[in-house]
Amino acid sequence: MSELRAVDVAEVEAVVRKLCVEANHELREDHVAALQRGRDAEESPIGREVFDRLLENARVSAAERIAFCQDTGYAVVFLTIGQDVHFVGGSLAEAIDRGVAEGYSDGYLRASLVRSPVDRVNTGDNTPAMVHYDLVPGSGIELTLLVKGAGCDNMSALRMLTPAAGVEGMKRFVVETIEKAGPSASPPVTVGIGMGGTFDRAAVLAKRALTRNPTGSPSPDPLLAELEAELVDAINATGIGPAGFGGTVTTVAVHVEAYPTHIAAFPVAINLDCHSHRVRSVTL
Amino acid sequence: MNLTLPLDDPSSLHAGDSVTLNGTVYTARDAAHARFLEAIDAGEDLPFDVAGATIYFVGPTPARPGHVIGSAGPTTASRCDAYSPALVERGLAAMIGKGRRNAEVKSSMLEHGCVYFGAIEGTAALLSQCITAAEIVAYEDLGAEAVRKLTIENFPALVVNDLHGADLYDDGPARYRRSG
Repeated sequence: MSELRAVDVAEVEAVVRKLCVEANHELREDHVAALQRGRDAEESPIGREVFDRLLENARVSAAERIAFCQDTGYAVVFLTIGQDVHFVGGSLAEAIDRGVAEGYSDGYLRASLVRSPVDRVNTGDNTPAMVHYDLVPGSGIELTLLVKGAGCDNMSALRMLTPAAGVEGMKRFVVETIEKAGPSASPPVTVGIGMGGTFDRAAVLAKRALTRNPTGSPSPDPLLAELEAELVDAINATGIGPAGFGGTVTTVAVHVEAYPTHIAAFPVAINLDCHSHRVRSVTL
Repeated sequence: MNLTLPLDDPSSLHAGDSVTLNGTVYTARDAAHARFLEAIDAGEDLPFDVAGATIYFVGPTPARPGHVIGSAGPTTASRCDAYSPALVERGLAAMIGKGRRNAEVKSSMLEHGCVYFGAIEGTAALLSQCITAAEIVAYEDLGAEAVRKLTIENFPALVVNDLHGADLYDDGPARYRRSG
């Protein structure tokens, strides 16, 4: 029998508070590197200028301690918890929300959430967080924060394909979604794709796919890695380019995740993330 | 090309022109636009004179102490497509945002002489440095979505929709599209 590990929720609160500020002020180094690679590959002069400004913006935001995008997003938290962890000191969900509220205040970040899609009253402190819990063996805790802007989330899509439509149908759906998004998703985008599972699982997988670190690293599954490379090429062939002004680099990374699915099903979810890609992870 | 708002000769601009803008702009997003339309329907005055004005689609982050404004990049303009023609008909001269406008907005812009500029979202920290003054002029209860009067200097943008019917979001990608 393994022993229970007690973790004070105040520790989680402090971590969330810190990550909210870091994620919004400092573009992660591997994503800066991905943008630099995009800049080097871009053929359009305007496109290269867009990349240069994005890279300069990342330097200025880190130096000035201000958000690199004004849409400081929805705080999406993936929390993977060992089943031998026992949280003490109060409600875990409330601690996460306190961490978000404190981080958004500390970092001069925008409160961008409304309490209901119907009456649309701002909650004032960017809570609640959107938390996805996973329970695993052991006593570790992994926390990943994804700050999700709405411009690109709005351009995301989910479709229940048929097995007959297959991988070719999936690729057409991805390119169609990118074309429809055009400049509105703020390319160069990172594309998270969730395939399989059920309707709900595909969407969460797509969101989780965005958090892969480093940006643009291939899937460990060779079949998926090949598919990712094909999709990068197909998306860049659209010509949409940086900021949608035309160019050869529309995406800097496609991350595909897959899960067992039903014999009758081929769910595909596509979650887009703009060039302001904000992800931070810690182990507790 | 360095331009002062309101534009002297908007018909000289062409889609794809890289410009820097100077002068006064008003911020407004979805919620403020909904109130503009309510005001128009009720026969009330808008919070600023829309004739000759420029609207910037933005909801900035809070300003750090000592700063004029927080990060302030463009948001998706198409969410205001349902509202924009009513303002363009009343003389709105220019809009700054990101993303395509629908056919109705574009035809109203051509008819009434309104130019749409694209700024780069994701350069919000840089763009905040081009804003030298900011004051809330209406709807303070909307927080980030309140209407602000901004003074901008050397604010970089591209002409997306000119007065000749060209659209950079069509023409730019067409040049780089590869057929599969």
